[in-house]
Amino acid sequence: MSDFLSINGVSRSFASTTGGGPTLALQATSMTVEENDFITILGPSGCGKSTLLRIVAGLDQQTSGEVLLEGKRIAGPGADRGMVFQSYTLFPWLSVRDNVCFGLNERGMSRKEQLDIAQGFIKKVGLSGFENHYPKQLSGGMQQRTAIARALANGPRMLLMDEPFGALDHQTRELMQELLLSIWEAERKTVLFVTHDIDEAVFMGSRTVVMSARPGRIKLDREVTLPHPRSYAVKTTPVFMELKAELTEQVRIEVLAAQAALV
Amino acid sequence: MTPLKPVDPTTRLVLGISFFVIFTALWAGVTLGGLVPKNFLADPLTMVKSGWTLLTTMGFGWDIGWTVWRVLGGFLIATVIALPLGVLMGAYKPIEAFFEPFVSFARYLPASAFIPLLILWAGIGEAQKLSVIFIGSFFQLVLMIAVAVGNTRRDLVEAAYTLGCTDAGIVKRVLIRGAAPEIFEILRMVLGWAWTYVIVAELIGASTGIGHMITDSQALLATDQIIFGIIVIGLIGLISDLGFKWLNRTLFPWAQLGR
Repeated sequence: MSDFLSINGVSRSFASTTGGGPTLALQATSMTVEENDFITILGPSGCGKSTLLRIVAGLDQQTSGEVLLEGKRIAGPGADRGMVFQSYTLFPWLSVRDNVCFGLNERGMSRKEQLDIAQGFIKKVGLSGFENHYPKQLSGGMQQRTAIARALANGPRMLLMDEPFGALDHQTRELMQELLLSIWEAERKTVLFVTHDIDEAVFMGSRTVVMSARPGRIKLDREVTLPHPRSYAVKTTPVFMELKAELTEQVRIEVLAAQAALV
Repeated sequence: MTPLKPVDPTTRLVLGISFFVIFTALWAGVTLGGLVPKNFLADPLTMVKSGWTLLTTMGFGWDIGWTVWRVLGGFLIATVIALPLGVLMGAYKPIEAFFEPFVSFARYLPASAFIPLLILWAGIGEAQKLSVIFIGSFFQLVLMIAVAVGNTRRDLVEAAYTLGCTDAGIVKRVLIRGAAPEIFEILRMVLGWAWTYVIVAELIGASTGIGHMITDSQALLATDQIIFGIIVIGLIGLISDLGFKWLNRTLFPWAQLGR
């Protein structure tokens, strides 16, 4: 059996804006992802972790290499890879319900089927009663919950998340982590999750990957052995602390390297 | 007063009306008080009286009807063509690159300066009046609509792509839907400009319309009628403005949130 998702020697360089040669943002990177893995990707700002995610999403084009999803080469964005962005990307002209229906509607599904599916996911993210609200009437956390429901309702093969809780306050962020984790424990979707929060990476992930300073490459790949279902209490266990300490050290080295490169 | 602090609706209304009152009082003061001669500037009372005569015995309602028809006709033709072109230009950059330089140039061509040419081409009939409105509003509409559509947030477009949206779906369900309130706002503004063009078109070579009445009155030094005509135009403009704002609020309640 072939791997679910394989990233083969994917690199990305950008044309320089200041003259001179192109800037390498992401070194040739290879990685395989098993079905139902929850992979968290850590790294300093600008290390290319978001670029890697966007290439998998098909929103950015790699300079070399290829990404295969179930053996098929990814050439552009598609409904099989749902994405949740750091910025609030709900369509402001659609209600919560119609935002969640967006992908289903695009597929030409009947309105009744759309509503059935949407209702289920709105309930799962705890937004029953808010179906008719417009995004601007919701808090940031509620908007991101709607965005998760919108991505999941579309029935993607995998979920790509680019610092989805990055703009939320600490308390909301922790509640969102638990919510997403409980949904993942129930649905077992394959997830690629970019973050710069080490607690979040360990708590959520079944595997955690650390990327180096720009040009990014994968420097560390750790399995997170904490059992499921996980509750927030797991954050104080020795296993969690030990892994967190190791990752903190590794990320710190890269952040320092990234800063040194700027001087 | 604190910068940017909002006022409550009642105060707002009272303040808005009081300026009208002060303005009219000043006008009445200088004219009725004899500071300004009558054939130079009529007083408000005479203006209202002759306005009434214009409407009841001289068929001015007919003129108003003609003018409204011309504005709406020319503006509608311009909108019907400008809307799809503007959307295409906003959405597809090669189309924008093809048309944008010409449209940017053409929108600075003064519509009123085309009147002699248009009389030559289209005579002094309705086609000429509609053409003036068309030239005056079409290029502005195209350019502003293209900008509104092109300013759609990139991350919304990307989100739609990851939800399986096709290119045509992006245009229809993201670009147009997102820009719709702003497009309505553009229509409202440009319609206001169309009102200034129609009067210019009617000042030259027309036998009906508000502009025609104004030129006729000039020959008779009837400043009361001229002012009445100008005020009627202002009122119609105000009504269409309010109508558009109401329509915008009703059609796009989401765009009113968080302003």
